[in-house]
Amino acid sequence: MGLKLQQSYHHSVTLKVNEQMGTKRGYTFIQANRAWLPKFLLLWVMVMAFLSTWIYKKMDADNKVRRKEVLSSMCDQRARMLQDQFSVSVNHVHALAILVSTFHYYKDPSAIDQETFAEYTARTAFERPLLSGVAYAERVVHSEREKFERQHGWTIKTMKREPSPIRDEYAPVIFSQETVSYIESLDMMSGEEDRENILRARATGKAVLTSPFRLLGSHHLGVVLTFPVYKSKLPPSPTEQERIEATAGYLGGAFDVESLVENLLGQLAGNQAILVNVYDITNSSDHLIMYGHQNQDGDLALLHESKLDFGDPFRKHQMICRYHQKAPTSWTALTTAFLFFVICLLVGYILYGAAIHIVKVEDDFHEMEELKVRAEAADVAKSQFLATVSHEIRTPMNGILGMLALLLDTDLSSTQRDYAQTAQVCGKALITLINEVLDRAKIEAGKLELETVPFDLRSILDDVLSLFSEKSRNKGVELAVFVSDKVPEMVMGDPGRFRQIITNLVGNSVKFTERGHIFVKVHLAENPKPMEGPKAETCLNGGSDEDALVSGARQFKTLSGYEAADERNSWDSLKHLVADEELRYDASVKMKAADEASQSVTLMVSVEDTGIGIPLIAQDRVFMPFMQADSSTSRNYGGTGIGLSITKCLVELMGGHISFISRPQVGSTFSFTTVFGRCKRASFSDTKKPNAEDLPSGFRGLKAVVVDGKPVRAAVTRYHLKRLGMLVEFANSVKIAASACGKNGSSCGSKTQPDIVLVEKDSWLSGEDGGLSLRTLDRQQNGHVLKSPKMILLATNITNAELEKAKAAGFADTTIMKPLRASMVAACLQQVLGTGKKRQPGRGMLNGSSVLGSLLCGKKILVVDDNMVNRRVAAGALKKFGAAVECAESGKAALKLLQLPHSFDACFMDIQMPEMDGFEATRRIRMMESQANEQMNGGTEEGSIRTGEWHIPILAMTADVIHATYDECLKCGMDGYVSKPFEEENLYLAVAKFFKTKPISDS
Amino acid sequence: MDLVQLQRQLVDYRTSLYHEGFLDEQFTQLQSLQDENNPDFVVEVVSLFFEDSERLLNELSKALEQQVIDFKRMDAQVHQLKGSSSSIGAHRVQKLCIVFRNYCEAQNVEGCLKCLQQVKHEYGIIKTKLESMFQLEQQILNAGGSIPV
Repeated sequence: MGLKLQQSYHHSVTLKVNEQMGTKRGYTFIQANRAWLPKFLLLWVMVMAFLSTWIYKKMDADNKVRRKEVLSSMCDQRARMLQDQFSVSVNHVHALAILVSTFHYYKDPSAIDQETFAEYTARTAFERPLLSGVAYAERVVHSEREKFERQHGWTIKTMKREPSPIRDEYAPVIFSQETVSYIESLDMMSGEEDRENILRARATGKAVLTSPFRLLGSHHLGVVLTFPVYKSKLPPSPTEQERIEATAGYLGGAFDVESLVENLLGQLAGNQAILVNVYDITNSSDHLIMYGHQNQDGDLALLHESKLDFGDPFRKHQMICRYHQKAPTSWTALTTAFLFFVICLLVGYILYGAAIHIVKVEDDFHEMEELKVRAEAADVAKSQFLATVSHEIRTPMNGILGMLALLLDTDLSSTQRDYAQTAQVCGKALITLINEVLDRAKIEAGKLELETVPFDLRSILDDVLSLFSEKSRNKGVELAVFVSDKVPEMVMGDPGRFRQIITNLVGNSVKFTERGHIFVKVHLAENPKPMEGPKAETCLNGGSDEDALVSGARQFKTLSGYEAADERNSWDSLKHLVADEELRYDASVKMKAADEASQSVTLMVSVEDTGIGIPLIAQDRVFMPFMQADSSTSRNYGGTGIGLSITKCLVELMGGHISFISRPQVGSTFSFTTVFGRCKRASFSDTKKPNAEDLPSGFRGLKAVVVDGKPVRAAVTRYHLKRLGMLVEFANSVKIAASACGKNGSSCGSKTQPDIVLVEKDSWLSGEDGGLSLRTLDRQQNGHVLKSPKMILLATNITNAELEKAKAAGFADTTIMKPLRASMVAACLQQVLGTGKKRQPGRGMLNGSSVLGSLLCGKKILVVDDNMVNRRVAAGALKKFGAAVECAESGKAALKLLQLPHSFDACFMDIQMPEMDGFEATRRIRMMESQANEQMNGGTEEGSIRTGEWHIPILAMTADVIHATYDECLKCGMDGYVSKPFEEENLYLAVAKFFKTKPISDS
Repeated sequence: MDLVQLQRQLVDYRTSLYHEGFLDEQFTQLQSLQDENNPDFVVEVVSLFFEDSERLLNELSKALEQQVIDFKRMDAQVHQLKGSSSSIGAHRVQKLCIVFRNYCEAQNVEGCLKCLQQVKHEYGIIKTKLESMFQLEQQILNAGGSIPV
C-alpha cells in the first residue's frame, strides 16, 4: 500500500514537472532564471576572488619553499666546507702530536727543542690555515716541578703570568709556534677551559675542543684543540688509567673560528644574502655562540640548521643560516592573482551583460511574436470579416438591384429613369467590387486553391474575347488574339483562374483604350532567338511591295497601326516568331519529341493596348490593391483598382510573374508568365474528345488569301484560319491578290486558286481601285466557275452605308465582324461555303445568355433532386438554355438512369438527399464508370479512371458555398458545383469547363 | 378595369411583396425562366410548391403530435421545405425554416411547435398573396395585355 502511494506520488510529481516544462516551452534557460542573474554574477565574483587568493597563496608558498631549499643547500654547503677544513687542520695537529712524541720522547736526547719546533711549525703553518698557532705543554707532576724549572730556567706561570701556585700537576708550554710564543712557560692547567680540555684529551686519547672563548691576543672567538702525547706505546684498547699514566704532554692549537668562518664565507657566492651563525650546543639549554652576532637582524621566520662535526664527540656544533632580508613581497604572484581576478571579473560582467541582453532580446522577441500573432490574427480576422461582410452585403445588394430592375420596368419619367439607371449601374459596380474583395480576401487567407485539369487555352482566349467584343466594337477598338503554334493545344492548369487573369487584363485594356487595338499574344516563354534568314522573307509574299506600300503611310507595325508601348510586340518580333514557327512546322516531328520531354510548359502572355497608358509616377504601385493611377481614373473609368492586385496574386499562384511596360498616351503592355503542366499524349487524345472545342474539320486543306496591309493583323487572321486547318497566303492589297489569282497563283506560291479571299476593311477602303480590282477578281472567277473564290470582308466595325457599299463592291458573301474567333470564323465560312445550315452571323449571337445557350444547346442533362420544386426550377432554368432535361428524384433513380451506356452529357446532383446523398451517388456512378472503362480498356495499358472514356461531368447543387463542401465534392469525384438558386454567370462558369461553345448552327 | 391600371397594380403588388420580404430575387429568377415555350412556368412551379409544402406541413404537424417525436425525420422534412421555399423565393418561409431546423437539432419540442405555427402562418400568407398575384396576372392576360416584367 505504502509503495503504491509512493509510486503515485512520484507519478504526480513527474506530471507536474512535465507541466511546468510545457508551460516554459519557448523560454530558454537564461530566460527562465532571469531573477537569478545578479546573484549569479555576485557568486561568480566571490568564487573568482577566492580563486585568485588561492592562486596567490599557492604561488607564494612555492616561492617560500624554493627560498628554503636555496637556504638549506647554501647552509649545508658552508657547514660541509667548514667541517672539511677543520678536520684537515685537526689531522695536522694530530700528525704534529705524533711528531712530538716520536722525536721528543722516543729519541734520547730529545731531537726537538724550542727552536726546531718553532721553525717546523712555522714552515708547516700553511697546512693548518685555521689554527692561529700550536704549542706543546709537557705534563709535569708537582714532585718534578723543581727539577723541570731548573732544567728550563724559568718558573711555571699561570695564565695570569704569575708564578703558579702549587698543584698536583702542571702543564707548562715548552714548545710554541712563534705566533703564540707569548704562552711559553704558561701552565695550561691553570686555565679552566684548558684544564678540562687536557683532562678530557688524555682520558680519551683523541682531539678535544674547548667551548668558545675569547682568544688571548686577537680577542677573536675561538676554540682550543688539544691532543694528548703519550710517552710510551699504549696497549691496544687501553683503559683510561693507562692513558693518564702514559701521558707525556699535550699539543694544543687555537682555532680562530671567527676569522676562519669569515674567510670561508668570503670565498663563497651569495655571502651577502645570508647570515651565518655557528654555535656550540654541547649544553643544549645554553647555546654558545662561536661565530656571528647573537642579535643580528635577519629573517627570523626562516632559518636552517646544519650539524657540524669537528671530530670531538663530546662537543656538538651547529651552523644556523638565515636570510639577511625578509622574503620580498612576491609581485609576480600578486599581479598574476590580481590580473586573473580582473579578467574573471570582466568575463563575468561580459557574460552577465550578454545574459541581460539575451533576456532583453528574448523579451522583445516574445513581444514581437505576440504582436505578430495578433497582427496575423487581425489580418485573418480582417479577411474573414471582409468575406463575411461581402457575403452579407451581396444579399441585400441583390435585393436592391432586383428592385431597381423592377423599378426600371415601371413607367418612369426620363429623369426618374436616369436616376434609377445610375443607381443600377452603381449597384452593379458595387457587386463587382464586393466580388473582387471577396476574391482577394480568399487569396490572402490562402484559401484559394488552383485546380489542375486539362484545358484548351485557345478556346478560353476566344471566350474571353467574345465577352469584350461588344464593348470593343462599340469603341472601334480592334481586339485580337494570337497564340503561337508551339503552345500545346491542351495544357494542365486552372482554366477558371487563367480566364480570370485574361479577363482582368483585357477588361482593363478595353476600359482605358479609345482607339487602336488590344492584342493578346501567347507564346512559349523560352522564346527562341530571333531568326534571320530566308524563311522570314518567304512568308511575306512580295516583300518589296509591302515595303513600298507601308512606307508611304509611315505607320507603326502594330496590329492597328498605332504605336504600342512595348516594341517587342510589333511585327518585327512577331514575324520572327511566325517565321520560326514555319521552320518548326517543317520539323514538327522533332519538335514534338522535344516538347514532350519536359513536364511543364512556361507560357508568356502579353496583353497590349494603345490606351491612355499609366502615368510614370503611378507605375510602381499598379499592383497594390486599391491604388489607381490617380483619383480621377476611377471617376472617368470606374473600377476599384483591386483587379490588378488579384491578377498579380493569381499569376504568382500559378508560378509566374507579371510585369508591364507603359507609356502615357501611347499604351500599356502587360506581360505575365505562367507555368502549366503538359498533357500526356495518352490523356491528350482521351480528353480531347469531351473537352476540346469541336472545330469543324471541313475546312482542312482549303486555301485562303488574306488581304491585309498590316502584317500583324494578317498573322492573327492566319492564326485563326490555321486552326481550322486551312492554308493561308498573304497579300498586301487587293490588287496583288487579284493579280496573284490572275496568274493562277504563281506568285502566291501555290499552284491552285484560293478558295476564299478575306479582305480587311481598311485594305479594301484604302485601295482606291478596290472595287475595280474586286471586279477583276470576280471576272476571273467567272472563268473558273467551280473554283471561284469566296469574298469575305473582315471588319471591326462597319456602318450600314459601308455595308451597302461592300455588298455593291462584291462582298456579297458575308462580312465577319471582329474580333475573330476560330469558331465564329468557322461558322461564317460554313455559311459562305454552304457546308453548314444557313445562319445569320449576327451580333446577338455573342452575348452572354446565347453563349450559355450555345454551351448547353442540345445537351442532355440529368437533374437529381429530391425536392420537387427545386427539381422543377432547375429543369426550367436548364431548358431555357436549350438543354434537354431529365429528372430523377433520388440518388437511386439517378443510378438507374445512368446505367451504362447512357446518353447524358452532364448531371446536376443535389447533395442533401434522403437515403442516398449526392456524394454517395456520385461515388457509385464513378465506380460504375471505372468498371466499364476497365472492361473496355482491359487490353490496353493506359486506362486510368480519369481519362477513361466514360466520365459524365457531375456538378453538385448546393445552397451553401462553404469551401469544405466544395472540397468534399471534388473528393467524391464531382467536377464542380453550382450554387442552388441558379444564376446565369455561375452556371456558365461551371458548365464552360465541360462544354465548349457549339458555333455550328445545329439549333 | 383599365389595363394599364391593372398592370400598375400588379407591379405595385409584386413590389410590395418584395419589400415586405415575402419574396426575394429568386422569384425574379424564376420569372425570368418563363418564356413563350413555357408560359405557365411560374404558376406550375408555385403550385408544385404549394402541394409539396402542404404535404410537409401536415406531416410535421402529425410528427409533433406523436408520443415519441422523430426529430431526425422532422429535420429532413424541414430541410425539404426550406429547399423548395428558397427555390421559389419564399423568403420568410425560408428564414423560418432555418430557425425551425435549429430547434429540431436541439430537439426542442416547444420551439418546434412554435415554429410550426409560424411557418404555417407565413405559408398561408404567401399562398394567399401569390394566388392573388396570379389572379391579377390572369386578369391582365384575359384583358389581352402582357404581364409587365
